[in-house]
Amino acid sequence: MYVYSEYDQKIIEERVAQYRGQTERFLAGELSEDEFLVLRLQNGLYVQRHAPMLRIAIPHGMFNSQQMRKFAELSRTYDKGYAHFTTRQNLQLNWPKLEQVPNILEELASVQMHAIQTSGNCIRNTTSDQYAGVAKDEIVDPRPYCEIIRQWSTFHPEFALLGRKFKIAVSGSKQDRAAVQVHDVGLYLTHNAAGELGFKVYVGGGLGRTPVVAPLINEYVAERDILSYLEAVLRVYNRNGRRDNKYKARIKILVRAMTPEVFAAKVEKEWAELKDGPMTLPQQEIDRVKACFQPPAYEQLEEHNEAFLGKYETDNAFKIWVNQNVVTHKVPGYSIVNISLKNTSRAPGDVSAEDMDIIADLADQYSFSELRSTHAQNLVLADVKQSQLYELWQTLKSHQFATPNIGLLTDMICCPGGDFCALANAKSIPIAEQIQRRFDNLDYLHDLGEIELNISGCMNACGHHHVGNIGVLGVDKKGSEFYQISIGGSSKEDATIGKILGPSFDEDEVADVVEKIINVYVEQRTEGERFIDTTRRIGIDPFKERVYAKNN
Amino acid sequence: MRKIIKDKKIIDDSWVVLTEAQDPLPSGKLIVSVALWQSHKEQLLSHSDEIGVLLEPENEPAEIADDLAQFSLIAINFPKFADGRGYSSARELRTRHHYNKEIRAVGDVLRDQIYLMARCGFNAFAVREDRCINDALNAFNDFSVNYQADAVEQRPLYQTR
Ligand code: HEM
Ligand code: SF4
Repeated sequence: MYVYSEYDQKIIEERVAQYRGQTERFLAGELSEDEFLVLRLQNGLYVQRHAPMLRIAIPHGMFNSQQMRKFAELSRTYDKGYAHFTTRQNLQLNWPKLEQVPNILEELASVQMHAIQTSGNCIRNTTSDQYAGVAKDEIVDPRPYCEIIRQWSTFHPEFALLGRKFKIAVSGSKQDRAAVQVHDVGLYLTHNAAGELGFKVYVGGGLGRTPVVAPLINEYVAERDILSYLEAVLRVYNRNGRRDNKYKARIKILVRAMTPEVFAAKVEKEWAELKDGPMTLPQQEIDRVKACFQPPAYEQLEEHNEAFLGKYETDNAFKIWVNQNVVTHKVPGYSIVNISLKNTSRAPGDVSAEDMDIIADLADQYSFSELRSTHAQNLVLADVKQSQLYELWQTLKSHQFATPNIGLLTDMICCPGGDFCALANAKSIPIAEQIQRRFDNLDYLHDLGEIELNISGCMNACGHHHVGNIGVLGVDKKGSEFYQISIGGSSKEDATIGKILGPSFDEDEVADVVEKIINVYVEQRTEGERFIDTTRRIGIDPFKERVYAKNN
Repeated sequence: MRKIIKDKKIIDDSWVVLTEAQDPLPSGKLIVSVALWQSHKEQLLSHSDEIGVLLEPENEPAEIADDLAQFSLIAINFPKFADGRGYSSARELRTRHHYNKEIRAVGDVLRDQIYLMARCGFNAFAVREDRCINDALNAFNDFSVNYQADAVEQRPLYQTR
């Protein structure tokens, strides 16, 4: 993973000092609420329903055991002993005190971490594929480019006060695991006809009130030109994006209003002046950053380990876990292990301080001390020897981290919702729990196969409900909590916004409705057909009929 | 007399903002809106003292690009500090149009934005009058390293490290 240079370290330390000064001036009454609001948001500090919430950046989802132990320590010292992994691969503390945030930042800086630009109307943490560098279907490792973009976007002088937040995602594999096309800028690493490396650039995707799958703006931008191209995109947005209405201020609205063609032409014009200038990335810089992402010291191993195969054939529970939560690694004899943070004992994405320490130990013991957070709110040990899988599984199991449900219906993405968030229309965590309990039969879940169910407590869409195969959205109806259900969404390379079934449902009906939807799928599916493919083939009407059918 | 920051020093400001056309023009250095400049160019060009122009967030630098030689100052207004369009305006004036005289931030100008404003090419700051201008001077020392190229340093960190 990336290791800070003296410059990186200096910048985050100076940031801590700057933010400490801002906090002190706010507490002394020298900064108004509104002025401080913008400053604290740029640093990930929201004030929500019960307390402030601090969002800590995990650039492209990579961190190490030392940093995990620091999270554990911070959550004990400054919070209630737990923290929450988000859908943008970040970590949130739910109860820190505003006055103590500078100290938290100072502690984070001691392990090369920060909360810079994790909220506010600026360029946010660049997200990526949780299997980057180890996935079998990878074309190019996206992480060095994410880091290069992180540095370019950190305290960018021109783009600190945009019309709205701005999110960039990068993927370098065939399968998109980073929801690239629903970002303000989405980048796929690609080769041109001459075999040179570059990016396919999508601009103007996003969820929220107006969900949009981003149009392709440029088929190929060479690797060395990516920062000048991004600079051109951002300048066009900063100058032309709407400022009069916050719901119309995202770049997706601008691209749509201008049309993608006109937008692309404007970017091209702006880019013409920047291209081949000092922003051009020197190979030396790309190599310097790439050097931080060299593969760890893998051993030469057999493709299949005897002892592993033995256990796999004889222990059925282990076999189920391997099939569901373990992913094939590009290096023979190694595996990618998902740590499931989805079971009835916790809110999706939540981890206690004790669990964080345990996971840090597991990373040290089994996976070169490295960890990843995923956009589905799970964790990953990316480099585990096959021969150690059984032993690791037993430990994971004893801490309830081995629910074999990665990618299945109960591996839900879920926002904090009404239990924590001041903007919520409805609670979301209890809905996740209701569905967890209804679908607790593992054999049945496995038979249903890959189904992504996403829950948001309001149309801000933190839980990505629009792109869930099944989406659940909390709505407010005359002061009570109701839920609108959509189906057919996808965040993958075939990104699609789901279709709403119809009128919303009462809180205690949600699991019933999901069950009815699943029943239609089971009746209608062809051999081996995934839920999403069935919905695409038969459309939403059969689902609609079933869920709104009068009883009797 | 009102104090402002220019080139990292506190100085007295002698510019006057002219909001409506007048004949004859008042004496002294005058700042006019883009609209006033465009409608009274002849008259303003015959003025005996220096002329500056005021850009609002929605004004594109391109609107005055042909006349830059006539202005000793370009003021960029921030009706609200959180509206960041003026940052791009300043940057464009410096790096695209090579305007090298005073670019002044006016309006809701606060200490916490000055560091980045300076990097975008502002060299003068009319700090909001209810705030301590001495304190604002500290802003220039917020950071000692930057990643990006800007209007002052043309090379990003990766070209200089
Ligand atoms: C608890 C306090 C939180 C508050 C007050 C909050 C607030 C917001 C708001 C206002 C938006 C609006 C976006 C828009 O207009 O486009 C938003 C979007 C979003 N939030 Fe949160 N959020 C919170 C927690 C979270 C958490 C815990 C996650 C991750 C699980 C998250 C992930 C996201 C994502 C991914 C979006 C973007 C949707 C898009 O692409 O438009 N948020 N949030
Ligand atoms: S989706 Fe709505 S309820 Fe859920 S965290 Fe985001 S803002 Fe809050």
